[in-house]
Amino acid sequence: MNETPKPNSFRSGPDEDGRFGIFGGRFVAETLMPLILDLQGEWEKAKDDPVFQKELADLGTHYIGRPSPLYFAERLTEHLGGAKIYFKREELNHTGSHKINNCIGQILLAKRMGKTRIIAETGAGQHGVASATVAARFGFPCVVYMGATDVERQAPNVFRMKLLGAEVIPVTAGHGTLKDAMNEALRDWVTNVDDTYYLIGTAAGPHPYPEMVRDFQAVIGKEAREQILEAEGKLPDVVIAAVGGGSNAIGIFHPFLDDEGVQIVGVEAGGRGLDGVEHCASITAGSPGVLHGNRTYLLQDNDGQILEGHSISAGLDYPGIGPEHSWLNDIGRAEYVPIMDHEALDAFQLLTKLEGIIPALEPSHAIAEVIKRAPKMGKDQIILMNLSGRGDKDIFTVGKILGMGL
Amino acid sequence: MTARMDARFAKVKAEGRPVLVTYFMGGDPDFDTSLGIMKALPESGADIIELGMPFSDPMADGPTIQLAGQRALKGGQTLAKTLEMARKFRETDADTPIVMMGYYNPIYIYGVDKFLDDAIASGIDGLIVVDLPPEMDDELCIPALEKGINFIRLATPTTDDKRLPAVLKNTSGFVYYVSMNGITGAALPDPARISGAVSRIKGHTDLPVCVGFGVKTADHAKAIGAAADGVVVGTAIVAQIAGSLTKDGAAGPDTIASVATLVKGLATGVRAARLVAAE
Repeated sequence: MNETPKPNSFRSGPDEDGRFGIFGGRFVAETLMPLILDLQGEWEKAKDDPVFQKELADLGTHYIGRPSPLYFAERLTEHLGGAKIYFKREELNHTGSHKINNCIGQILLAKRMGKTRIIAETGAGQHGVASATVAARFGFPCVVYMGATDVERQAPNVFRMKLLGAEVIPVTAGHGTLKDAMNEALRDWVTNVDDTYYLIGTAAGPHPYPEMVRDFQAVIGKEAREQILEAEGKLPDVVIAAVGGGSNAIGIFHPFLDDEGVQIVGVEAGGRGLDGVEHCASITAGSPGVLHGNRTYLLQDNDGQILEGHSISAGLDYPGIGPEHSWLNDIGRAEYVPIMDHEALDAFQLLTKLEGIIPALEPSHAIAEVIKRAPKMGKDQIILMNLSGRGDKDIFTVGKILGMGL
Repeated sequence: MTARMDARFAKVKAEGRPVLVTYFMGGDPDFDTSLGIMKALPESGADIIELGMPFSDPMADGPTIQLAGQRALKGGQTLAKTLEMARKFRETDADTPIVMMGYYNPIYIYGVDKFLDDAIASGIDGLIVVDLPPEMDDELCIPALEKGINFIRLATPTTDDKRLPAVLKNTSGFVYYVSMNGITGAALPDPARISGAVSRIKGHTDLPVCVGFGVKTADHAKAIGAAADGVVVGTAIVAQIAGSLTKDGAAGPDTIASVATLVKGLATGVRAARLVAAE
């Protein structure tokens, strides 16, 4: 081993106050401070506890179905005529997305902490379904807050949550999307501090959530790194993932951050274009601010009021982003680019027809970026993309836009 | 502690009663009406004013205050206008302490130094910023204290004896004890429990302890005031404003007068509080 120590590792954050550079932190009401300090203590103990790690790994294997496959998208590669395209197939996980990785981890923590009630927020409903699933598996009552707009556009997931025994509470404030659901979940938590565990679905919020959710999701990147080395004998040239709050993205990015030659690309929802307010490109078109417990890039006006944003994808329809992404952007380790609604929709259809995989609208944004980049790259180069969720939940939305009778 | 805050607590203490702290949302439903409400508060018996700064995502507030913030923002309120409101109020009232209350992001975007300078120039005496716990004191609390503005902290039932010293460390002006966990505007808790909590906090600080969350009537004010140095009323005032508006959310003919009536009742309550305590 001639490994030299790397004092400038990109993987050592956050610091003890939960900061990634100026981003992150613990911007919460006093009522919640003792709770997040308890959570941090429990998480630090669990991280080093072999019993916890074994239970997590066993559930990963036998309940989630890990490791998820790494798939060479032969026909898409041929069609685009450039770099070889590999998908990390997180959509094949139990419940159909990467969200379950985090939910299994956090429900084990909730159990350790003696909590008896689970609350969660959800946008696309994938995190709501994953939360309802682990709540059913471990026998917890579960309340899911979901924006009223999302309840409508993600109806199949609402039905799944209800079947799993969760109570789904539609939130009508604002545009009725993920931001509003998160506000309402925080209000519930601040009211029910004694018995309730708040299962945050993305790598955002007050410390320790961004770090903890990242660590639960980093299994994606760890597996993918081994799998691509096995398949190709080398690391990918580019790793691409869609970013809303950014948990699937940080999960696949993190194990590659210290691999110098690997380019990291996060894809934000460009919505109907970056000129107006109908997008969710927090990094590309936003500025640093404080919301939902952390400092990060936000869509906001010049009075510091948060804007609503827009995306065709409910999972990306959030005016902020996880703090570690903000930091990775500012230090130049990762690049963030927007993809418009219509580009994502085209990518959704192309992948469905060429590979027989119906992707969710969220990773369809990442696919659209792959479609842009692959033809410009050499045939010996490799793109690794996180196919973070399946599209069954989106078929009604897409069908309506395409004018198809269902 | 600013001279105004000191003087007000001393004056009220000499009267042998708790202070009445009244909250309203700056700019609800419009700037002029809201300024009228602000001026009516001390005239009706309020001792300290909490001036709400509207925010699009008030995560610790119940529906009543959320809606007030939305009305204010829709009416064009900004942080700059909320400061202007305080400045206009100071033209006719040099004595009533003003505490600005809200969330951090609008201040962060305005710029912390510029905000503090403008706040001092506008006659602001204190700040309550809900999403800045002691762990975040470097952001605003320390700079505010250095410039001579009180940073008033919320203590809650989850703030145990272990945590209380950290919460009180950089607190000045008064301690705002939130008498229950939860969002603003929920039900009133048991006065006996409040009394215990206030004694517990007083074991750690010489600052006055004001109690809020759930106080709606003169009787509540009397009961809570018996156990504390001050009573904070917010949601009841905001609800009174909401109830007085026209169908399309504009100021009604008696918006200001009805708030004045409510506050006069509450003022009667705090003035009777020590009689209860003496029983």
